[in-house]
Amino acid sequence: MSDLLARVRAGDRRALARLLTHVENRTPLGLAAEREFFRQTGRAHLVGITGPPGAGKSTVIAALVREARRLGLTIAVLAVDPTSPITGGAVMGDRIRMLDIASDDGVFVRSLTSRGRSGGLAPSLCTMAHLLDAFGFDLIVLETVGAGQDDVEIARLADTTVLVLVPGLGDHVQALKAGTLEIADIFVVNKADLPEAARLLADLRSLQRLAGTASSHIPIHATVATTGDGIALLLQSILDHRKQLDATGQRLERLQRRLLSEVRFLALEALEERLDSALAALSEDERAALGARQVDPRTLAARLLEGLQLNLPLESR
Amino acid sequence: MVEQAVAATGRRRWSRPLRVLIAKPGLDGHDRGAKVLARALRDAGMEVIYTGLFQTPERIARAAADEDVDVVGLSILSGAHNQLFPLIMQELRRAGLDDVLVVAGGIIPKEDIPHLHALGIAAVFGPGTPLHEIIEFIREHAPDRERGS
Repeated sequence: MSDLLARVRAGDRRALARLLTHVENRTPLGLAAEREFFRQTGRAHLVGITGPPGAGKSTVIAALVREARRLGLTIAVLAVDPTSPITGGAVMGDRIRMLDIASDDGVFVRSLTSRGRSGGLAPSLCTMAHLLDAFGFDLIVLETVGAGQDDVEIARLADTTVLVLVPGLGDHVQALKAGTLEIADIFVVNKADLPEAARLLADLRSLQRLAGTASSHIPIHATVATTGDGIALLLQSILDHRKQLDATGQRLERLQRRLLSEVRFLALEALEERLDSALAALSEDERAALGARQVDPRTLAARLLEGLQLNLPLESR
Repeated sequence: MVEQAVAATGRRRWSRPLRVLIAKPGLDGHDRGAKVLARALRDAGMEVIYTGLFQTPERIARAAADEDVDVVGLSILSGAHNQLFPLIMQELRRAGLDDVLVVAGGIIPKEDIPHLHALGIAAVFGPGTPLHEIIEFIREHAPDRERGS
């Protein structure tokens, strides 16, 4: 099976797709690949795309893919869709497929499901992005689940975060003030051919003025993703942001922050798993004692924590 | 190091649901059946990627390959299955998808089915097939690959 790693190293796209599955599912091979390829990461630019459902994120991405290819940049897309909390199933339909990219090796599109993770992301998103980075894609686009106002986690995982907004959502801009609006590096007002677009643009600009200098330099782009209007400027803006990060030394800083978030997430995830199995393993007596109020929740929690063996499996479980 | 890790066979909790690509090849705008099936497979716990309408054989194969699906479901109501399915199977093989389970559904005359089986399409589900029958068939016949389960 490690022949798969060799094939990926040699640039075999089919092997890449298969290895991504291993990474996503954290098979022993996936975990090995994760560490093996990590050293070769850091070249790609990670672009997070977030925004409310129906804002046109996928369509904006499809247009960005086309524009990136026009400039000769290779681009991979990881699109996250929600998993049903009940069945664990998911339907991922994506407009990106409408592109005529079937024969273009410079484009790679992969759908993944959130598998219960909140924040619009998926548990193995970072590690899958690392693999695509090591494979050599210039740009890696992370599309979040169409999420709400608190969908800020993406900013910790991307070099450039693009917030896609649409006109006609009423007070959303106001509501977004303390959420995603704060974490975006670039604003996009998509469906800018709609009549309310001018108002949204004006709202955003006035918000920026209110927010003071910190956000006043954030570019705002009006796009019509279905026709491609404004997309060339948007991509330019993303590339400029990267240049700016490079020039100011912020890129390394962001990268470190990004990786630390990943460290935190992986540790937290392992902790949660351990905690959940400890909870499931509580004896009938302990449950009964809790129900009968003979032991209080905090005491039981403390006992659980004491009993946890905290280690993160690296190679196999 | 890698070999060690690969050889190690421990308990793995990260079981992966079956991944299914539902594709609408050719010039056929009727996708209610495809959507109903996508929904049913989702409710059966699978991860379903729906391509949308008017897909070429090349696009279907590319999506199936990049998404690393276990199953490809082709929905066709245009009558062009005898023309399109051989091309799709050819493209799937060219993309290195030899072990993927391919099933089809839609309006397909009985007399065409043996030919489709010969192409490598494992099952053809006509109108009125109970959804659970399709789900069971997929569960039973999906390639047995390491899914981390």
